[in-house]
Amino acid sequence: MSATFRAASGGRIDRGRPLHFRFDEHDYTGFAGDTLASALLANGVHLLGRSFKYHRPRGILAAGAEEPNALVTVRRDGARVTPNLRATQVELYQGLEAQSQNRWPSLELDLGAVSGLLSPFIPAGFYYKTFMWPRNAWQRLYEPKIRAAAGLGRAPEEADPDTYSSRFAHCDVLVVGAGPAGLAAAAAAAASGARVILCDEQPELGGSLLSEATVHSEAVIEGEPADRWMANTVRTLAAHPRVTLLTRTTAFGYFPHNLLGLNQRLSDHLARPDSGQPRERQWQVRAKEVVLATGAIERPLVFPGNDRPGILLAAAARTYLNRYGVLAGSRAVLVTACDAAYQAALDLHRAGISVKAIVDVRSGSADGVLPEAARRAGLPIETRSTVIGTSGRLRVSAVRIQRLDASGVPAGPARRMGCDLVLMSGGLTPSVHLFSQSRGKLAWDESLGAFLPAQAAEPVRSAGACRGVFSLAAAVQDGTRAGLAAAQSAGITVAAAIAQMPPPETSAVGILGALPLPRGIRTGKAFVDWQNDVTSRDLALAAREGFRSIEHVKRYTTTGMATDQGKTSNINALAIVAAELDKAMPQVGLTTFRPPYTPISFGSFAGFARGELFDPVRTTPMHDWAARHGAVFENVGLWKRARYFPRQGEDMHAAVARECLAARGHCGLFDGSTLGKIEVVGKDAATFMNRMYVNAWTSLAVGRCRYGILLRDDGFIYDDGVVARTAEDRFHVTTTTGGAAGVLALMEDYRQTEWPDLDVWLTSTTEQWAVIAVQGPSARRVLEPLLEGIDISAAAMPHMSVARARICGVPMLLMRVSFTGELGFEVNVPADFGPAVWQAIYDSGQKHEIAPYGTETMHVLRAEKGYIIVGQDTDGTVTADDAGLSWAVGKSKPDFLGKRALQRPAFASPYRKQLVGLLTREPQCVLEEGAQIVSTPQRAAPEAAIGHVTSSYYSASLGRSIALALLRAGRARMGETLYVAMPDGDIPVQVASPIFYDPQGSRLNG
Amino acid sequence: MADLSTARQQQVVATSPVLRQLPPASRFVLRGGPQALVAAVGALGLPRSDSPCRAVRNDGRAALWLGPDERLLLGTADAAGETESLLQRALAGMPHSLVEISHAQGAFELRGARAATILNTGCPLDLDSAAFPVDMCTRTVFAKAQIVLWRTGAETFRVETARSFAPYVTKILALAACEAMS
Repeated sequence: MSATFRAASGGRIDRGRPLHFRFDEHDYTGFAGDTLASALLANGVHLLGRSFKYHRPRGILAAGAEEPNALVTVRRDGARVTPNLRATQVELYQGLEAQSQNRWPSLELDLGAVSGLLSPFIPAGFYYKTFMWPRNAWQRLYEPKIRAAAGLGRAPEEADPDTYSSRFAHCDVLVVGAGPAGLAAAAAAAASGARVILCDEQPELGGSLLSEATVHSEAVIEGEPADRWMANTVRTLAAHPRVTLLTRTTAFGYFPHNLLGLNQRLSDHLARPDSGQPRERQWQVRAKEVVLATGAIERPLVFPGNDRPGILLAAAARTYLNRYGVLAGSRAVLVTACDAAYQAALDLHRAGISVKAIVDVRSGSADGVLPEAARRAGLPIETRSTVIGTSGRLRVSAVRIQRLDASGVPAGPARRMGCDLVLMSGGLTPSVHLFSQSRGKLAWDESLGAFLPAQAAEPVRSAGACRGVFSLAAAVQDGTRAGLAAAQSAGITVAAAIAQMPPPETSAVGILGALPLPRGIRTGKAFVDWQNDVTSRDLALAAREGFRSIEHVKRYTTTGMATDQGKTSNINALAIVAAELDKAMPQVGLTTFRPPYTPISFGSFAGFARGELFDPVRTTPMHDWAARHGAVFENVGLWKRARYFPRQGEDMHAAVARECLAARGHCGLFDGSTLGKIEVVGKDAATFMNRMYVNAWTSLAVGRCRYGILLRDDGFIYDDGVVARTAEDRFHVTTTTGGAAGVLALMEDYRQTEWPDLDVWLTSTTEQWAVIAVQGPSARRVLEPLLEGIDISAAAMPHMSVARARICGVPMLLMRVSFTGELGFEVNVPADFGPAVWQAIYDSGQKHEIAPYGTETMHVLRAEKGYIIVGQDTDGTVTADDAGLSWAVGKSKPDFLGKRALQRPAFASPYRKQLVGLLTREPQCVLEEGAQIVSTPQRAAPEAAIGHVTSSYYSASLGRSIALALLRAGRARMGETLYVAMPDGDIPVQVASPIFYDPQGSRLNG
Repeated sequence: MADLSTARQQQVVATSPVLRQLPPASRFVLRGGPQALVAAVGALGLPRSDSPCRAVRNDGRAALWLGPDERLLLGTADAAGETESLLQRALAGMPHSLVEISHAQGAFELRGARAATILNTGCPLDLDSAAFPVDMCTRTVFAKAQIVLWRTGAETFRVETARSFAPYVTKILALAACEAMS
């Protein structure tokens, strides 16, 4: 198809760079600088999609972000498929492939359109009313069917292969919108010395100026042609070192404290994006001052059949002509409620489009400057008239025009007028989306017929059309004023005089709501919300059915709830409801503007946080060694920990059994580096520890360790770990892996706010140390050859002692501790030495059959000894006594964190859940962790559980299964038979001591 | 028995033309009252300064203000022992806490005209030289990691981060650098 609708000259497209593209199954050609919409119009394509509910043929309504109709899917490859893009904002590139949506089998013949025939039966609130009966049909039939039919476009099914970036930025003045007011504001602020960011959603700066004619333009700014003013201003801004210009960048959200979210599209407009180049970058801009210069959106007129392809907003047709050199049709009828549309008629006429009629729906005689110019140009003007219907199946072919009588109602004979283009203008609606998002108050301006920014809640100003200052000269002046004032408020000395705020103008006042219909005529659909297929009758019906608040009407009719958020429809909908309720506009209220202004990709929000960078992956110094030795890792918080080290042919069960036997029989080697470590230092360190932990610390001698328990102030166990006193004024505190950050924060909180008088300070040393646990009867013999300056014999270094020495020439903090019940040491060396020292110990252990073991074996070994794991055997409702640890509580201490809570009577109840061991009657049966415990077998009626399994393993050392459980009055039930209830029957268990292995603890002291 | 005292193995980080890993350093966290903090800075031969979020440096040593009662003391890797003994002498009798964390953190340097922009990929602070001048330092975040950021020159930043977070931080920085330079 040839580009028959391209004007011979003019426009901002590059006619030297033709671009080939494909829409549905057809190939077309456009030019660099085109949007998909302008290129399709240039090829005479007006039919772009089918509507959401009635599957009506739809075309292009607008030329910008407000487009409700022309939604397309752009596809680059199997994974790069973006649905619901506005064709008006898709920049053309070589080879672009786009598809229409919501049609089957084809755009021209859409079987879904039968729902249009049923439309009398699909009124507002249809879903709520219809799918009520029979009740069980909802789940089986209605809901799945509606779900399948709902939605526009298809989400891509493959993972997004693109990358996305993020950036934080600060500035004195952020200007949103680079039309005349925005450019002027940025220029004024920058000239004052402010740090300025200017963003605009379009590929080129200029906003509405880009829609001015490039030839024969009469637009003048500050005495020079608008085109030249724009180019000069952009050039000055671009050269300014303190100015950042962002094109293709949508300010989509306004958040507290002047934080704005900006979405910058970096590669969607390129035929071949560089690999590795991010597709989008999300900016979070913290601005001292914001100037909103977001312009205004033309309102459609609401008349029957106003949605056919070929019916556009007047300003859009002017943009297509002046910016893209595209003729949207050849025979045009304009329907207008304001003078501004006459400019479009004049421009179209000059471009050779036959203007069949200008239908002015106002009651006046249309005698403004522009209407007079149209008259002089010989354009036929039908004053006090309206359009009462249109015809044409896939494109408008005629309109019916009727005169308005004295009361403003269409009457008398209706005239049919053939045309292929209908342009409408209901007036301008200032874009107050961002101002409203900033919690600024909007005020209804009766003379302008618009909501305007009123009281600001943030340091923000509006300038130009978005506050009702529409004319070019006034908008530029308003922008300059706002830019200077913003710079001054940002603390910059502004030399220029700041002008007064010009008042809003009434030149673009139009009509709100539906156009009048002849008496008794109710046929034809007059669309208000194109995207959600909401008509004026739907809204009137909602009002008649008793909906009073616009928020309720919105939800009932779904008006304004589509992806365009009602940019073209909200005010008309509001006016229709207000008229129906006979209320003033502000009394009906305005729906809330919510971010994002236009849809934003998920990738933009994810930024770098995906795949391997979704979260930090923390590894220990010995990680690579473990990986080389075949370790299977598990996630523990952000850490990767070696879970087990399978040898050839071993599954986890076999590997863990072997590792357990090695640690009990010879020697095991375990990486404990992830344990939290906090150095508590100061002359009041012992006092501090006494107040934080339940234990008595004053009596702990230097060189000794103690198992410490930390409660929350509600008396429940929060964390635990071994604490070593390395000096009179210094404790080396270890915490659980997951609890490290929380414990430090809790301690620091108490230190600073409760006990600032104590001379004590905290420092995290978690990552300073590589921790190598050497556990088992041979542990001493493995270590001894590597140590200098220390005697680790049982007599010199008993269980729970600590000393500083050297291992292989490296400084070491050596603790004799055990989480296995075996003779054990924990070698702490500065982290960078971890891998070398680990290897040395491993080598030394070879003649003692040393085996590295992972967290799974660690869990089994500790469970055999009844040692709890906080967070597994405790759940935030377990006291030290419940866990069988009351021996650790320093009862004579005057106070410690949680002590007062322990006085609560409930904590003394003998019926509390207590930690016990469970032995299954069948020794090979391993219980399920979390399983519930009951006391009666084969219950006739459901019975409340009296406890649950917290840890359960197969113990290779004991040759049977073991489990820990929290059981009501558990310690009084020793020897009782209870039942673990499972879906396929009860499992009988016997209550036992939680210490299954070496209950005397003699091995510890080996 | 092998002597492993030279067998240091730093956390390996991603580098790029503008991002380089710095050699091992000695690091101490000094916390205490004003008297101890002043005495320590003097004992290390550093200029006296109580300005919040400012680093003082001299001759391979630096003290970074991280809080009213907290300084991060940096030095060359071989200066750890000397630093410790100097401070133990100078701070005798003054309430304080001196804890070595030389191995707990890694450091890298970001250099070039785009350094601040690259950092702003994940760091929410205003890094304009007026807002974040040379020798300003602070604890802050980079994406989901905590870092200590020190502007060591007009176009140079030192980033300190816990060793296990270093790969994460530097991978994002390297990507951001690649993107910012393209």
